[in-house]
Amino acid sequence: MLSQLALTVNGAPTVVPSGTTVAVAMAIAAQTCRTSVSGEPRGPLCGMGICFECRVAINGKPHCLGCRVLCEPGMDVRTNE
Amino acid sequence: MSRTVRPRFDILVVGGGPAGMAAATRAGEHGQKVGIIDDNATLGGQIWRGESEAGSAASRWGERLRSSGAMVLCGRVFHQPEPRILLAENDDGLQELHYEKLILATGARERFLPFPGWTLPNVMGAGGLQAMVKCGLPVRGKRVVVAGTGPLLLAVAAYLRKHGAEIPIISEQASWMSLARFSVMLFAQPSKIVQGLQLKRQLAGTRFCAKSWPVAASGRATVETVTISRSRRMETIPCDYLACGFHLVPNIELPLLLGCQIHDGCVKVDDFQRTTVADIFCAGEPTGIGGVELALVEGEVAGLAAAGRIAEASSLFGKRERLRRFARSLDRTFRLRSELRSLSLPETIVCRCEDVRYSRLREHSGWRAAKLQTRCGMGPCQARICGPATQFLFRWNPDSVRPPIFPVRVESMAGVAGDANLELCETTGGR
Repeated sequence: MLSQLALTVNGAPTVVPSGTTVAVAMAIAAQTCRTSVSGEPRGPLCGMGICFECRVAINGKPHCLGCRVLCEPGMDVRTNE
Repeated sequence: MSRTVRPRFDILVVGGGPAGMAAATRAGEHGQKVGIIDDNATLGGQIWRGESEAGSAASRWGERLRSSGAMVLCGRVFHQPEPRILLAENDDGLQELHYEKLILATGARERFLPFPGWTLPNVMGAGGLQAMVKCGLPVRGKRVVVAGTGPLLLAVAAYLRKHGAEIPIISEQASWMSLARFSVMLFAQPSKIVQGLQLKRQLAGTRFCAKSWPVAASGRATVETVTISRSRRMETIPCDYLACGFHLVPNIELPLLLGCQIHDGCVKVDDFQRTTVADIFCAGEPTGIGGVELALVEGEVAGLAAAGRIAEASSLFGKRERLRRFARSLDRTFRLRSELRSLSLPETIVCRCEDVRYSRLREHSGWRAAKLQTRCGMGPCQARICGPATQFLFRWNPDSVRPPIFPVRVESMAGVAGDANLELCETTGGR
């Protein structure tokens, strides 16, 4: 259960425990999730898939909710794409 | 993308928290063909997220649900193309769910109020930060200010402390007077006293301030300090996170979409948890914020009633009424004080999806006008965050929903594209 996995967050290699969500991996990598329409950096607010502040691109697929997706080995997570 | 048409359920339950689990279990135990759908990977809702301790209520109900024969489905319900059919989406595609009777157990979310700095990263909901920690966020050695209102604050503070966080202050907007009345009322609820004493032990030494609230958060990239008002004095506290929520609001978007009557922000139900729409029941937080024990009993009543077990359902009315008294005292105790209306400055963002500021909103007379003129509430969260905030700030009433009630992939709508009510332009939203 406590094994680790590696993914990339905005190109930077990041190692997290398995079972970690993408939104948490972003926090571990010290990255915010999206830039708001007026240019503010934003991170997760509700933690339960309602506020949409944690949306990121996962493996090229845009608008994924980081708080609802579990990290997988080799995953490529990017902000604002 | 695949489209799965499920065989018709006698009873479909939407929402897999305590109310939904209890409803599905009781209906399934009486031979009904039951489906339960939730948009999380595991059942248990927000309150039981990640709880699997043997002997806990969560694991007992989980076990009982499995033996009941109910089918567990994963997906997010977003549309009713015709009566007795719901559409749900998940990563694998689209599901078409047919049912005879429906039980809505859609739970609640935190209420957020705007104040300067509340959009900074690491300012999160109290339940929001707890959910992140349950999903692996390390908080050991981090300073977390817990603020807002409601019993959730104490539970979250205790949880964070257990995981190594330092809690410099818990700031609760309710007054000592109303908290004292609340604790007297607890003597009628033995299980709540036990919980309260456990919390007290876990929070020993933590500073708790009543009649106190956050007025500003600041920091460069993420939050670095929070300014708290207490007894009209300001105190600025350094922190790594601000966990801030103002009690809970029911998730009524799906009940609204299905035409259920809403009273005072809650779904109107009768003794058997029937809504005003035939064959649609509702249980748990959407009928009024009341906590997990009440949600379970309401779920049981709804499940039994939907399965036609009227006598067994009626036998739970007494227990439910006792718990509803507790729910009503929650409402009284944690009612928002009017000072919180003045926390927003003109430049404070109220709608986070569209970055609509307070100064632009206060020019408008109502929700509809504000929405049309400013795009407030038209981003991907579809007013789930700014709706309850503007309801409190301006006494507006965000009263209507349109399908899809969650943003979905365009492909998911393709199958129902003949429907003129769809706001396809809203489905992908923002950046």
